[in-house]
Amino acid sequence: MRWVEKKWVSVSLLWLAVLLLWQLGAWVYGPDVIPGPWATARGGRELVEDGTLVQYIGVSLYRVLIGWVLGSLLAIPAGLIIGKVNVVRLFAEPFLNFIRFIPPIAFITLFLVWFGIGEQSKIALIMYATFFIVVLNTLTGVMSVEEDKIRSARSMGASEWQILLHVIVPSTIPYIFTGVRLAMGTSYMAIIGAEMIASNEGVGYLIWNSRLFFRTDWIFVGLISLGFMGFFTDRVFGWFGRKVLYRYGVVSVAAHRR
Amino acid sequence: MSLSAKPAARQHAIHIEQLRKSYSEPAAGDVHYIIKDVDLVIKGGEFFVLLGPSGCGKSTLLNMIAGFVSKSGGHLRVDNIEVDKPGRDRAVVFQQADSSLFPWLTVRENVEFGLRMKKVAKAERQSLSSRYIKLVGLDGHEDKFPKALSGGMKQRVQLARVLANDPAILLMDEPFGALDAMTRRTMQKELVQIWRETHKTVIFVTHDIQEALLLGERIGIMSVGPSSNITDIYDNTLPFPRDVASPEFYALYSRIQSHFEE
Repeated sequence: MRWVEKKWVSVSLLWLAVLLLWQLGAWVYGPDVIPGPWATARGGRELVEDGTLVQYIGVSLYRVLIGWVLGSLLAIPAGLIIGKVNVVRLFAEPFLNFIRFIPPIAFITLFLVWFGIGEQSKIALIMYATFFIVVLNTLTGVMSVEEDKIRSARSMGASEWQILLHVIVPSTIPYIFTGVRLAMGTSYMAIIGAEMIASNEGVGYLIWNSRLFFRTDWIFVGLISLGFMGFFTDRVFGWFGRKVLYRYGVVSVAAHRR
Repeated sequence: MSLSAKPAARQHAIHIEQLRKSYSEPAAGDVHYIIKDVDLVIKGGEFFVLLGPSGCGKSTLLNMIAGFVSKSGGHLRVDNIEVDKPGRDRAVVFQQADSSLFPWLTVRENVEFGLRMKKVAKAERQSLSSRYIKLVGLDGHEDKFPKALSGGMKQRVQLARVLANDPAILLMDEPFGALDAMTRRTMQKELVQIWRETHKTVIFVTHDIQEALLLGERIGIMSVGPSSNITDIYDNTLPFPRDVASPEFYALYSRIQSHFEE
């Protein structure tokens, strides 16, 4: 049975089983409750042909990427400062540990009031979803820099600023990378929630709006699109980490395969 | 090699008087000292070994000379200047290469670190790093990352990295403690060689009597803590390279051994 051990064979078998199970569900419960793979593909084609799917994916991706990049750009320096400066950490840590338990979705209404119904409120929400994860990971990274590294840099004449730039930041990169990568996941969760409640475009809007037409097949299309969007952005980011940041010890899932 | 053969190294003497370290507040009454009333003079260019059991405060003393740990009393002067912070004149070779080397830099980049911080021009940096990489026998490994090196090679990188900054004093905290016995012997021989070529002042911390005798011109014995102190100093005038099997070596070994047998 050696052919089963081949990776592509086992993976294809797995997906075939999933499709089969899915189709089985569709037969048992009917297409209104569970649209089968074929019905979903048909619904997807419909949405692709009138252009809405591509447009919605584009809009959601745009919101996620902008908010995620801006949130990370704010969070990384903040995490470095909180980790490096004891006084700041003393004040910031309880606050961080309080607010990080408030999920982004809970802020939607408030952000609509503060930033309006347009793009700003959605991007602000993604920034919120990104910020705390990245700050906490960066902070942990700064705290885990070995004392010997800092000491050796100092005795080789490095200034405090040089220590931050040439020792603390490079040591912290794997932590920052993990934080930013995890934040991608929460960003998707936040944007879908926001688009369901207050938007007239985007994948979240598609999923929410399809209920009005009782188009469960469109809901399935939306769900599958989300899966693909997350999967591909994560792969691209992981690839970037391996190619550009390998010397800092960034490991990503695919690297383990060798 | 006698001391008079290297007059240039006469400077950078270390003067320690009544030095003490405690982490408890002086006002608390019952003060617990890690080291107490240490008196020691180390001559420039000397190879001095601090020998003592684990936990006797020898690393604390070394870290105080390095400027990493502040003193609670007494004096600690290098070149008649009171030590209160780390400085380029005192380089530290740590016990754990993994925690002190920069894994994101190659061997060459690690060795050039101090020079880069000092903003030395690239060409000069390269020629200096090449020289010290060669001195520690790592030529051909310049572009490797530390994780691709063995334990002994990593310690060589540490050594080259500090030597590239041309410090007057080398502070070594059990640098060969984590190496296997064979690598350790080689490293000890090469360290003596490098010391004799570079005329650095070396303070070497160890708990291994044989290592102390193989390396040191003088060996300071530290008592078991708390309030530990340098109780005896042995002169070791045996010629280099030293022969572990010689009767003189054995005689000195037994004398020092007797200190730790109470």
